[in-house]
Amino acid sequence: MTTITFPLSADTQKQRTTQEPAWIRILLIGLTLIFLTLFLFIPLISVFYEAFKKGADVYLAAITDPDAVAAIKLTLTIAAIAVPLNMVFGIAAAWAIAKFEFRGKNLLITLIDLPFSVSPVVSGLIYVLVFGLQGWFGSWLAEHDIKIIFAVPGIVLATVFVTVPFIARELIPLMQEQGTEEEEAAVVLGASGWQTFYQVTLPNIKWGLLYGAILCNARAMGEFGAVSVVSGHIRGSTNTMPLHVEILYNEYNFAAAFAVASLLALLALVTLALKTLIEFRNQQHQQRGHE
Amino acid sequence: MYTFKQHSILPGFNLALGFTLLYLSLIVLIPLSAAFIRTAELTWPEFWSTVTTPRVLASYRLTFGASFAAACVNAVFGLLVAWVLVRYHFPGKKLVDALVDLPFALPTAVAGIALTALYAGNGWIGQFLEPLGVKVAFTPLGIFVALTFIGLPFVVRTVQPVLEDIETELEEAAATLGANRWQTFTRIIFPAIFPALMTGFALAFARAIGEYGSVIFIAGNMPMVSEITPLLIVTKLEQYDYAGATALSVVMLVISFILLLIINLLQWWSRRRNSAT
Amino acid sequence: MSIEVLNLSKQFGTFTALHDVSLQVHSGELLALLGPSGSGKTTLLRVIAGLETTDSGQVLFHGEDATDQHVRERQVGFVFQHYALFRNMTIFENVAFGLRVRPKKFRPSNTEIRERVMKLLYLVQLDWLADRYPHQLSGGQRQRIALARALAVEPKVLLLDEPFGALDAKVRKELRSWLRRLHDDMHITSVFVTHDQEEALEVADRVVVMNEGRIEQIGTPDEVYENPASPFVYEFLGNVNLFHSRLHRGRAWIGSIEVEAPEHAEAEEVAAIAYVRPHEIEVERKQNGDAALAALVVHVLSVGPIVRLELVRKNDIDITPIQVEISKERFRELQLVKGDEVFIKPRRLSLFPNHQNKVNETAQAC
Repeated sequence: MTTITFPLSADTQKQRTTQEPAWIRILLIGLTLIFLTLFLFIPLISVFYEAFKKGADVYLAAITDPDAVAAIKLTLTIAAIAVPLNMVFGIAAAWAIAKFEFRGKNLLITLIDLPFSVSPVVSGLIYVLVFGLQGWFGSWLAEHDIKIIFAVPGIVLATVFVTVPFIARELIPLMQEQGTEEEEAAVVLGASGWQTFYQVTLPNIKWGLLYGAILCNARAMGEFGAVSVVSGHIRGSTNTMPLHVEILYNEYNFAAAFAVASLLALLALVTLALKTLIEFRNQQHQQRGHE
Repeated sequence: MYTFKQHSILPGFNLALGFTLLYLSLIVLIPLSAAFIRTAELTWPEFWSTVTTPRVLASYRLTFGASFAAACVNAVFGLLVAWVLVRYHFPGKKLVDALVDLPFALPTAVAGIALTALYAGNGWIGQFLEPLGVKVAFTPLGIFVALTFIGLPFVVRTVQPVLEDIETELEEAAATLGANRWQTFTRIIFPAIFPALMTGFALAFARAIGEYGSVIFIAGNMPMVSEITPLLIVTKLEQYDYAGATALSVVMLVISFILLLIINLLQWWSRRRNSAT
Repeated sequence: MSIEVLNLSKQFGTFTALHDVSLQVHSGELLALLGPSGSGKTTLLRVIAGLETTDSGQVLFHGEDATDQHVRERQVGFVFQHYALFRNMTIFENVAFGLRVRPKKFRPSNTEIRERVMKLLYLVQLDWLADRYPHQLSGGQRQRIALARALAVEPKVLLLDEPFGALDAKVRKELRSWLRRLHDDMHITSVFVTHDQEEALEVADRVVVMNEGRIEQIGTPDEVYENPASPFVYEFLGNVNLFHSRLHRGRAWIGSIEVEAPEHAEAEEVAAIAYVRPHEIEVERKQNGDAALAALVVHVLSVGPIVRLELVRKNDIDITPIQVEISKERFRELQLVKGDEVFIKPRRLSLFPNHQNKVNETAQAC
């Protein structure tokens, strides 16, 4: 860890009526860094350490293993379905909620947030209750030889469920803040509904949309509990990356487990980097707007 | 005069709302209702005995106890982290700020195996704790550690914006009236951020109760000792005890909804408190 | 193009925004809708534009019913209070928007669009800002771009919602006279909403004073200022003093002062309130025969060409100070200081019967 220095020049000292003495500041910063190091940084670093502990060959072998490749492909496929679906949903929900006044709006917002408060395990279970062999449509699906539970459609559904709120809850406050004047102006000037949406609304929300999509993608690729319940853990077929990590780990194949896990950790880091970048851009943008 | 919707010249309301409701119904509401409808097939005594067996009760105690302890630790350290990030400058602050969200972005299974490796007897951290007689991995203490990791960003991210919005003028006013730093904190700053702190606490607690992926690796999963309720649901499911799994998940859902209600009330309180100043 | 509004009513929940409003806007005139917030003026403007529906009533454009016409078909130019410029487009693209979204058949060619937009930008004197974005412009510049954008589609009617509301005082004044000149050049039928009486009186051909969803008075600025039709208009347009008085068969009494009131010939012992503008009060040091009201000088503000006096009646009942404005010359003649006794009488006044009160209850005050 680098040594921490504090700017304590004369002019900064002057405004210290609302500032704590230096030793308290150093103490608090120190405590924070120790806590975060123990609970955040070391776990993160250990993922990469464990992944490469047995050398790059073992690492490469683990992530190029056919089952691992199948898991990676499945995870990417699921995200490629779940994220666009929730994008369309998020835009539709935000358009209705932010641009119009109607009754029951707050209830609708609460319903959209609902999946966040449901345990992942329960999120998976409810789909088993609907589509599983014992479920509402179980026998009908079996007759028509359609597999949803313990198959890819079930994984997609469970993933969509847990990621429903991500994009909508980014867009709703953003579009509420932007108001309806610009859209009204476009309509007065003769634009059609789609022209108004594509030329006025969409450019104004694109960064919020991207932000929500990145968070949604991270969760979609990383979801474990819900997917675990509906997947059936069939290697090479219904195994997503997080499930593959679990299987390898339970087989005491730690190096391989951490190798696949390191890819997911990398995804998390990329997600955080993009997220920070967009936040930084928004800040700059806001400052420019206030000039 | 009853009007469902106020007039607007903007198009697409029916389409957007219709799609939203259809999607929500198909993806969220109908599947969720399945849990309640299937549970309703049980009689009340059947249901009650299913969700109150000693093994289930032990899992509640563990889940709620560990979640509560983790949320408490997060309330204290989350406030500290938020304070330091808002008020102080130090090298690498931007990086630290960005990494606080890591538990949101890192898949829970990855967090689970990483924490297990660290806190196992031969792990980086475990090797120092083991000689002291402290076992973390494969004990309830491990569950607490995992839940602390998972809930870390909640308090930080709810308190941080409120702390940023507190005007320095308020603190300067307190200082001119003779308050020292500690008095200013306890009487001016803390009351202002308290609703946000409670919101963050409740969010972390709610998340911890339902958590599965990060816990199962480190927990050891011994019935009566280190078996959390979500794991018990999975176990029952694997034993084809659908009725038992569904009954337990209804208990979890009801608790989640109550917590959601409390969180909404807290957020409403927090907003009102902040707009009043 | 003329606009006619017939018996418009509009309710928001339990709030009545418009109450049986009828109004005629002549072709080519610049009309101001003036009133306090909540008076229904913005709602009326939005109904004319087609942005808002009504519960009952009609809007006619050039004699034709446009009530059910969509805003896109009404060919109105609308300038929003906060400009509503498209933040993701350049100034040029903002002004060009209305032309670009036309169906292919009616869309001008790119060069034509370019010519028209640049002409408009030149008209609002901001052609040098074409490539900038809205956030790079000052408030006054944004306002002018919003106007140029509205004009680009060659509207038959121009509607402006609080066009100067968000600007600081100096820019407001400049834009005000600029808008007046622009209107004189283009003669497009225009309606603008404002809560600033000075703005309405200075810019508009005619002013519509609104209050609580109703029209209180319509007239030229002179008419509404000199002959307010109601107590509300009196109080809303400039300062005014209120005197309790008694009406009886075409005569009125304010204290000992008796005045003719032929328009109230039918009144029998009615309480009334006399409205008198500060500059329409005569001040004397001595009571020279005629009846007058005795008062004390409590405050003198002598900065500028007009001297403002604050007086209090000597009857101990009317404690609200009376505002009086006299010229500097008159002030020098009188040589007034705080505490002096003076005698005042209104030069001109308007009487409005006070229907709630019986004369006996307020007679004391006179």
